[in-house]
Amino acid sequence: MSWRSKAQLSTMWLILLLAVAAPWLGMYPVLGMRIMSFALFACAFNLMAGYTGLISFGHAALFGGAGYVTGLALTSWGWPTPAGIMFGVFVALVIGLAMGVLAVRRYGIYFSMVTLALAQIVYFYCLQADFTGGEDGLQGIPRGTLFGLSLQSDRVMYYVMLVVFVASWWFIRRIVRSPFGQILQAVRENEPRAISLGYRVNRYKLGMFLLSAGFAGLAGAMKAVIMGFETLTDVHWSTSGMVILLTLVGGLGTDLGPILGAVIITVLEEKMGAIGHFLEHITGVHWFASLNDNVSMINGAIFVLCVLLFRRGIVGTFNARWGGARAASG
Amino acid sequence: MTEIFGVPVSLLLGQLLLGLLNGTTYAMLSLGLAVIFGLMDEVNFAHGAFFMMGAMFAWMGGQYFHLSFWWMLLLAPLLVGLVGLLVERLMLRRLRGMDPIYGLLLTFGLALLIEGLFRTFFGVSGSPYNPPELLSGVLNLGFMYLPLYYVFAMVASVVVCFGTWLLIERTKLGSYLRAGTENPSLVQAFGINFPLLVMLTFAFGSALAGLAGVLSAPIVQVSPLMGSNLIIVVFAIVVIGGMGSVMGAIVSGLALGVIEALAKVVYAPISSTVVFILMAVVLTVRPAGLFGKEK
Repeated sequence: MSWRSKAQLSTMWLILLLAVAAPWLGMYPVLGMRIMSFALFACAFNLMAGYTGLISFGHAALFGGAGYVTGLALTSWGWPTPAGIMFGVFVALVIGLAMGVLAVRRYGIYFSMVTLALAQIVYFYCLQADFTGGEDGLQGIPRGTLFGLSLQSDRVMYYVMLVVFVASWWFIRRIVRSPFGQILQAVRENEPRAISLGYRVNRYKLGMFLLSAGFAGLAGAMKAVIMGFETLTDVHWSTSGMVILLTLVGGLGTDLGPILGAVIITVLEEKMGAIGHFLEHITGVHWFASLNDNVSMINGAIFVLCVLLFRRGIVGTFNARWGGARAASG
Repeated sequence: MTEIFGVPVSLLLGQLLLGLLNGTTYAMLSLGLAVIFGLMDEVNFAHGAFFMMGAMFAWMGGQYFHLSFWWMLLLAPLLVGLVGLLVERLMLRRLRGMDPIYGLLLTFGLALLIEGLFRTFFGVSGSPYNPPELLSGVLNLGFMYLPLYYVFAMVASVVVCFGTWLLIERTKLGSYLRAGTENPSLVQAFGINFPLLVMLTFAFGSALAGLAGVLSAPIVQVSPLMGSNLIIVVFAIVVIGGMGSVMGAIVSGLALGVIEALAKVVYAPISSTVVFILMAVVLTVRPAGLFGKEK
């Protein structure tokens, strides 16, 4: 085992250990769960973007769509929690199938624009449908029970989310390293060659899109259960943009990048008010106090800086500097 | 005959006119995107933010400097064009030769940044912007009262769109542009300053968005958020028309404005999504768009 894979393995164990201990170290469990649902969402997005090179601008439709139907199943139909979550994933798969069939016909930026436009259909549907509560959102989603265990306590919910997250992350890692994932990376590198080798490229892309959709749905469904509400923000294009940002900051096409990106951006959003007040305090410029209401502006600035200066993201840069030959897939 | 499909003709005609008005805005925005895309293979996500800036500049000019609509009609697009020029020179140029997705991501970030900046200073609630004195009257068409300004905005947009088309298809400068779309390195070998051409094209496309913004200012509420939802509709229109096709952008812009309006009459809830549904249909039948060529 090389030095690098040892370092990577120990980083993973360290992160896991920290995540297990976090609620006992004074971290607010709800923040931890929010981070994990966004991290899972980013991992799902990265599965498509990082390993096929196709950047979806419509993943919010899968994330928020699943959140809404899970909320509906738990609130109005009184379904048990696991069934509600599975239903959310199922709906995300259906939306993903519809989006994917149309989108994989196009390459590069076309793919991005098509996914964005299709996600807008879901957004407007959610805006107008009765069950979503429109601008007010879907409120009072019960957490319910899991195998007889009440999820009401934040700590219990936290550990359930942790298990879901770690299992999904491991599974996503297996997909990337499977022959299926390797073929898609070959397609990313040289599509005509993959076609000439006899692979039905579009089917592989669609398959990956579906897997990505399923995990994005799982993330959205879990978030709805954790937070107890679902709003239009989750289906809005700004959420699609945010998941791109998380992945880009952490490192597109890396295992740990999306997690790191989710931690950084979510904590930054959480602390933006404090940072703004601090800046206002030391500079005397009153304008800084408004930063809290304008997280998307900060995200935009990070986006610009990232694309101009830091395209590989944190983990990608680390791998490129210390990682040796297989820098792209750390 | 006063009804078609159970809808009063006057209502239908009125909606058609308003749809055509929206269509001219769509046409101008998708035209700007198409011109930029043709030369650079780059999709400008900040196009909606540039549109918003055009309208906001017009409003600010009136509010703070007491400049008339006519002055702002000239100045605001120039200012937006200048912003576009700087964006191309300072940022996008560094991404030349890379995957165009980075340009899309960069301009997406810029759109968030610009919108956020305007929001911190002007809030999210819109402000009204009055049309100029000269155009504040209304026209009685028998079936509806049409503000004179709407007529002006429609005519002006159509003139600008076809002027741009002529510029690209019929002039020497346009021929450089078209040649650059086909083969940048060959154009450069003939002694044309290609980077300059790209910079000016981007500035021109941005200025078109700014102009569309000024023209829309007296029609809609001027607010920092006015561009962000619009740009996604315009993206869908560009996909329908075929990326990079100038005529395709104009025609599908106008057509979709009208179709949207008709949808509003026939079944209102679908009017906000009809463009996206049409895009899905076009993609299944003609993946390259109605006027586009498969590359």
